[in-house]
Amino acid sequence: MAPARKAGGWSGTARRITRRQFLGAAALGGAALAAGVRLSGGMRAGRFGVPAALAAGPVKIGLLVSYSKVYGQLGEDITDGMILYFDSVKWRGGGRQITWIREDEEIDPQVGVRKARKLIEADRVDLLAGIVATPTAYAIRDMVHNSKTILIVSNAGGNLLTRARKSPYIFRVSFTSWQVSYPFGKWFYSNIAREAALTAANYGFGTESLAAFKESFIPAGGKVVGEVLPPLNNTDYAPYITQVQKLNPEAIYNFYSGSDAVRFVAQAAQYGLMKSTRVTGAGFMVEQDVLPAEGANALGITNPLHWALTLQNPENRAFTRAYRDRFKRDASVFAMQGFDTARVIVEGLNRTNGDTSDKDRLSEALAGVKFASPRGAFEFDPNTHNVIQTVYVRQVRQVGKDIANVVFDNLGRITDPGK
Amino acid sequence: MTFYVLQALNGLAYSMLLFLLAAGLSLIFGLMDVVNLAHGGFYMLGAYLGLSFVRWTGSFWVAVVLVPPLVAAGGFLLEWEFLRPLYRRTHLDQILLTFGFAFVISDVVRWLWGAEVQSLAAPPGLDRSIPMLGTLFPAYRLFVIALGGALALGLWLGLSRTRLGAIVRAGVANKEMTQAMGINIAAVFTGVFAFGTGLAGLAGVIAAPIQGVFPGVDFETLIVTLIVVVVGGLGTLTGSFWGSLLIGEAETFGKTLLPEAALVVIYLVMAAVLLVRPRGLFGGRTR
Repeated sequence: MAPARKAGGWSGTARRITRRQFLGAAALGGAALAAGVRLSGGMRAGRFGVPAALAAGPVKIGLLVSYSKVYGQLGEDITDGMILYFDSVKWRGGGRQITWIREDEEIDPQVGVRKARKLIEADRVDLLAGIVATPTAYAIRDMVHNSKTILIVSNAGGNLLTRARKSPYIFRVSFTSWQVSYPFGKWFYSNIAREAALTAANYGFGTESLAAFKESFIPAGGKVVGEVLPPLNNTDYAPYITQVQKLNPEAIYNFYSGSDAVRFVAQAAQYGLMKSTRVTGAGFMVEQDVLPAEGANALGITNPLHWALTLQNPENRAFTRAYRDRFKRDASVFAMQGFDTARVIVEGLNRTNGDTSDKDRLSEALAGVKFASPRGAFEFDPNTHNVIQTVYVRQVRQVGKDIANVVFDNLGRITDPGK
Repeated sequence: MTFYVLQALNGLAYSMLLFLLAAGLSLIFGLMDVVNLAHGGFYMLGAYLGLSFVRWTGSFWVAVVLVPPLVAAGGFLLEWEFLRPLYRRTHLDQILLTFGFAFVISDVVRWLWGAEVQSLAAPPGLDRSIPMLGTLFPAYRLFVIALGGALALGLWLGLSRTRLGAIVRAGVANKEMTQAMGINIAAVFTGVFAFGTGLAGLAGVIAAPIQGVFPGVDFETLIVTLIVVVVGGLGTLTGSFWGSLLIGEAETFGKTLLPEAALVVIYLVMAAVLLVRPRGLFGGRTR
């Protein structure tokens, strides 16, 4: 016969816990929890006299770039560039181990905002890096600034981030659209032609680049004979190319990037545009991510950019060789930007001895970072936290068996005006 | 004036590409009542397989001949193994299945071929520009126009003059009745699905020298194809033909004449057509 069950449901062997015992245990547990939280937070900041480097855990970086859709390759390149640098310092900076959490910004600002919020609030990263697309950068700017999160922009080139919407916590390692196109306008007038037709993908990056080109081209005496603006992600450029042919310009300046660039260059070549006018464009149109696909169609395109695979300086030779050996493909400007992003982070950490809790101190430390980058001398503008760098003039040429951008002129050190 | 003629030619080349895609999708829907959202994926698969075949064999034409049957085989597999059990279910189940496959294809392609933008060169002989109407026009686009026209004619003749075509048309009109007449309707379904998918694969190879080959082309193309099919009418080849002409030219002239509205022109056209003829230009089934 089964033993009679006591009222209350437990079997006879368990002891009853009194209310007093329960409350006591809860209080003890709560106190331990609170102390633990306090202690870990305090130790991070070194408030108990323990150096942050010894006491704190690894530095957590949130890397937000695009791994899918149109700019998927750029995200891969930036990531690989960062891996290359972090490997060279054994993933340590300021005496601490460096780890990261990677998210896909997908080229959709709404997705970017959501992922950035997750990285900042849920994952509690020490700093944020990456951002391929300008609209995403603009979308997360306020969240980043208000939460005092340090953001190192590895690509997005929208001018506003260095002007009306700059922040002491936002650093740009890449470029502004203005930096690349502005100095080229004057050079174009003196070296290519006195009149130009302009075409660009009709979004921030494209229109800012054309505006910057005009800013120096027109005062030099140049004449713009027409502007044609296809939409971003356009597949068929035929109607636009036909419009350019109708203008019959001596030379054209373009802005396209990613798959748009491949399509435009291929289709322009099919329409004979490369032979009937001088084709120039912002360097992104023929950069390493798209040049292999463009092939011989791109030959002869003169283009400005702040780096080139063939740039001859010791840092670049070492970088491009190491990148090629490791990843079995040539580096691109995006990989170089990723490489420098990682270096900036490590140098900043070294300067604060690994302290990432005081964001203002970290921001000051980062602003002072200077080094020799594969692109040349690297430094930040203290006012805007945008990189100051040299912009080169390159031309796509046949170099032995390969087709590459060869540097043949230099537009000087370019600093974004900041307003 | 020549400017508009040139733009019309541009639009025509684009329309032919759309037709290849829309024809398959429209027939599949008309006959089987299934919206194949993986259609864009098969198009992309065709483009990437074309890229690989050209690399292996060095010949564009080999790719054009070998890739469509390969892609059709993929379509056959999808229909036979996965779609068949769902014919009794609702549209939603079928859509979910094909949409799921669209994502699978998208990721498999990315995994096998990488994320960079790649391009396929037009075959030698067609990769030059022909001087015409005072400017240069690509020979390859003229080829696409010719090919599209020939295929349209071939498909129309096939549907209207052969017994197989009659069977397909009967199935579109009333599949139960066709089955009652002793035709193995399930086999017709599979056949049409595979054929439509093969057409999508062919479109992928043909379009690659113009459009480039990159991840994301599947969904971009799917959306435009759906618009063409909706505008032309579901289930009719004539509808697909005129629908692609309308959308292709609307897109081209939209870009020329209304550049700020370029992105919305085809949607406006679709809305306008549906207001006047809700079943599409040639749609409207007899049951």
